[in-house]
Amino acid sequence: MNLHSAATAEPTTIRGGVHNTLAHDSAAKHATGAAIYVDDIPEPAGTLHAAPGLSARARARIKNIDLSNVRAAPGVVLVLTAADIPGTNDVSPIGAGDDPLFATEEVEFHGQVLFAVIAESHEAARRATRLAKIEYEELPALLTVDDALRTQSFVLPEHVMKRGDPVSAITHAPHRMKGQFRLGGQEHFYLEGQASLAVPMEDGDVLVHCSTQHPSEVQHNVAHVLGRPNNAVTVECRRMGGGFGGKETQGSQWAAIAALAAVKLKRPVKCRLDRDDDMIATGKRHDFRIDYEVGYDDQGRILGISFDHAARCGYSADLSGAIADRAMFHADNGYFFEAVQIRSRRCKTNTVSNTAFRGFGGPQGMLGIEEVMDAIARERGLDPLDVRRINLYGDAPRNVTPYHMQVEDNILPELITQIEESSAYRRRRQEITQWNRQNAYLKKGIALTPVKFGISFTTTHLNQAGALVHVYTDGSVHLNHGGTEMGQGLFIKVAQVVAEEFQIDLDQVKITPTNTGKVPNTSATAASSGSDMNGMAAQAAARKIKQRLTEFAAEKYKVTAEDIAFLPNRVRIGNQEVPFRDLVKQAYMGRVSLSATGYYRTPKIHYDRETASGRPFLYFAYGAAVSEVMIDTLTGEHTLLRVDILHDAGKSLNPAIDLGQVEGGFIQGMGWLTSEELWFDEQGRLRTHAPSTYKIPTCSDRPADFRMQLLENNPNREETIHRSKAVGEPPLMLAISAFRAISDAIASIANYRILPRLDAPATPERVLFAIEELQARMEAAE
Amino acid sequence: MKRPPTSQPTTSSGATAREDGVFNRRHFLVGTATSAVLPLSFGTTGVREAVTDAALPTQVPSSSVALLVNGRTHRLILDNRTTLLDALREHLALTGTKKGCDHGQCGACTVHLDGEPILSCLTLVASVEGRAVTTIEGLAQADGALHPVQQAFIDHDAFQCGYCTPGQIMSAVACVEGDRAGSDAEIREYMSGNLCRCAAYPNIVAAIRAAKTEVRS
Repeated sequence: MNLHSAATAEPTTIRGGVHNTLAHDSAAKHATGAAIYVDDIPEPAGTLHAAPGLSARARARIKNIDLSNVRAAPGVVLVLTAADIPGTNDVSPIGAGDDPLFATEEVEFHGQVLFAVIAESHEAARRATRLAKIEYEELPALLTVDDALRTQSFVLPEHVMKRGDPVSAITHAPHRMKGQFRLGGQEHFYLEGQASLAVPMEDGDVLVHCSTQHPSEVQHNVAHVLGRPNNAVTVECRRMGGGFGGKETQGSQWAAIAALAAVKLKRPVKCRLDRDDDMIATGKRHDFRIDYEVGYDDQGRILGISFDHAARCGYSADLSGAIADRAMFHADNGYFFEAVQIRSRRCKTNTVSNTAFRGFGGPQGMLGIEEVMDAIARERGLDPLDVRRINLYGDAPRNVTPYHMQVEDNILPELITQIEESSAYRRRRQEITQWNRQNAYLKKGIALTPVKFGISFTTTHLNQAGALVHVYTDGSVHLNHGGTEMGQGLFIKVAQVVAEEFQIDLDQVKITPTNTGKVPNTSATAASSGSDMNGMAAQAAARKIKQRLTEFAAEKYKVTAEDIAFLPNRVRIGNQEVPFRDLVKQAYMGRVSLSATGYYRTPKIHYDRETASGRPFLYFAYGAAVSEVMIDTLTGEHTLLRVDILHDAGKSLNPAIDLGQVEGGFIQGMGWLTSEELWFDEQGRLRTHAPSTYKIPTCSDRPADFRMQLLENNPNREETIHRSKAVGEPPLMLAISAFRAISDAIASIANYRILPRLDAPATPERVLFAIEELQARMEAAE
Repeated sequence: MKRPPTSQPTTSSGATAREDGVFNRRHFLVGTATSAVLPLSFGTTGVREAVTDAALPTQVPSSSVALLVNGRTHRLILDNRTTLLDALREHLALTGTKKGCDHGQCGACTVHLDGEPILSCLTLVASVEGRAVTTIEGLAQADGALHPVQQAFIDHDAFQCGYCTPGQIMSAVACVEGDRAGSDAEIREYMSGNLCRCAAYPNIVAAIRAAKTEVRS
């Protein structure tokens, strides 16, 4: 059965407008291998290949670096070090000056780039890197959050959000508790690794084909490194083989190496990272330590709460400030706190600089409060769902976030009711409890957790986007905008918007690569904001052209603008209908501009970081999931038996694409919380740097019974593009239900009255430890 | 064309790696997998490095290989250590087959050898001489009609970023044609060597289930 909307030839609708279930625009190309990624671009004659030389120490002073053998190696054309940089030796996304392209006097993590080899082949370049003779003077390395907290080592100052008097509220609450929870990081493992192909142009300019979520930032960083103005550098990206945040800032270094060599040698240079190097040298999701103290009443209602977040940022700031902020913004998830304080510390460690990853700190913040929900439920002897429910945001005054924003669009109570019923949560809870009494070694667990995710960049100025639309004289349309395609379906959604606006079939709209020469000064395709912002910008551009066509037609046909309507593939002008392409041709002959830029900036948002208050988000995206697991208490292994998801995508622009995001997000989140473990040894070396040791979910790991639904009849209450909602990140956090279900299964051993000490990811090892620790506590209590 | 036939990287690479203490299976298997060129086209770009050119004939053990890909025979002179993946991508410009991990762990490079799925990144090209290699580019019929598995992947949105898709489809074709798609559980087990980081797994299974019916009918 074909899941896509049947093509209709009826003149009443166009093919491929908004809200249609349509295949990805590159579907046929993906299925035939015809889609071109950076490494597939036919290499220009004379292309050379770059490979980075990486530090073998976590922290050391460089006493001496001898690259003579590297330079003499077969096939080597050039070896680049910091001395070769005409501009600035920095690729920090925020201009912090702490992300050197090439480290010089000191290395700050194992895997930091010291030099780059440019050779006739990728393999020759990689081999030559191994010939460097580097003398290190080892310095004490800080590897963990605890190391950093002990030595007060931070990449950025701490930040505090506060509302009310949490200390007093906790002190006077009928019940209170303290706890600590740790959660791990996550490797992006985009199937396509980091890749850039730099082609030298005249005047020392350069064109960089780069697999990046942020072409503008790559452009700026390359220009800084080259010591040239931004207009000397053009960055283009047709598509990425996955991004997930890992190509928001992490592409600049490799693009800059390729560009620097290309300009110097006047030859094209490709820098495609080997997978090991990619996993060792590029940033990951931040791991956190979360300490909490909470006061609550008999029903589990939170009266006061205090969180202390400590994020492992790695050696440099990168985006850690905004990521740690977003963790704070989501420390409440969907729950109201009468009095709250959230403190966040951004720990500097001698590990790779952690970066954006789908959710951008939000998942970490949410995990913290969901741990607290379970902790309260266990202590009170309540069903965790009842504790969650009683704490949900509600009507005023229970609708204010820790950052003083009013939650105006809360749909969680109804949404939870719907999924609680459709998943038969209560009945299954009873059955599982019964089942656990009858089974000594296998235990089942179930959990329902909600998601409330804020949509907009929390750095307000980033909430702007641009688009460029041309209509050619044959009526075909060229579409370009600042967003990038990484598989999330942004390009087809924006094309649907443009087709809808002009009322022309989707196949008349050509999707084109993101290019800094066409739409400048763009924001990263991140924060789930791609369709919201670029869709609006493209619509604005199309409307300008439509307006010109309307004015032209009104004058030419001597009718008023009200007598003109854009119908499917034609325009009604007075009492006659003209094919769209004919009107376009006439407008060209009438000397009307058929090209326009469009611009959008998100309304309503403002935020004052000094007082930690404002409205950082235009709206929230919601969802909830129910996961049921079975664990083996003798091995710690688990199986995900059934997952029910109800997710809010507003009035979806393309349900096929959105469902893909929901199921993919859930499974990726599940991997983060159950099987994916970044393991650094005591020398600071990442030892899980390949899929052999770093366990990414496979086809056999998806839940056997997976029931997904988008929330229906639920347009966005804000005026977003066709009332849709952002959907890239929020579903990842639905996977918290799987983690809490595992905790629930373990808790059954102690009759659901003690919270297991289970950190994330819940690997079999950790589950087993949690079981043993729980059993020891029970024995001690007897 | 992919990689221009310029100078040859040459090295006693295995020894170098060993001396440096980083010798591993991968270096041994893959070697300098780049040097292949037909002597006829040598130097056509006019960009070369004298040192490496001079070093070429004596240091790189090369072989002439007749490679049968998608029904067409290609004669290549390749470094003995060239993998099938590099031969396809860099010498035949068949870039549909992807390099994901280059370690045999992700499945993105899956192709068929005499109808059986193999990991082209772990297969030396010299070992497949005379055998039939099928890549994603060779699945559709000459008139462009897609293989039922390709069509099913499109119909069921069985991808997002698409990078793993050629490998997924090659494994899926083997799954369906090898009668290994008896149940969802069997499909999932068979397909678990192909990572999809976007996790389009539910749709991949649905596509294979649908394709199975199509292939049988």
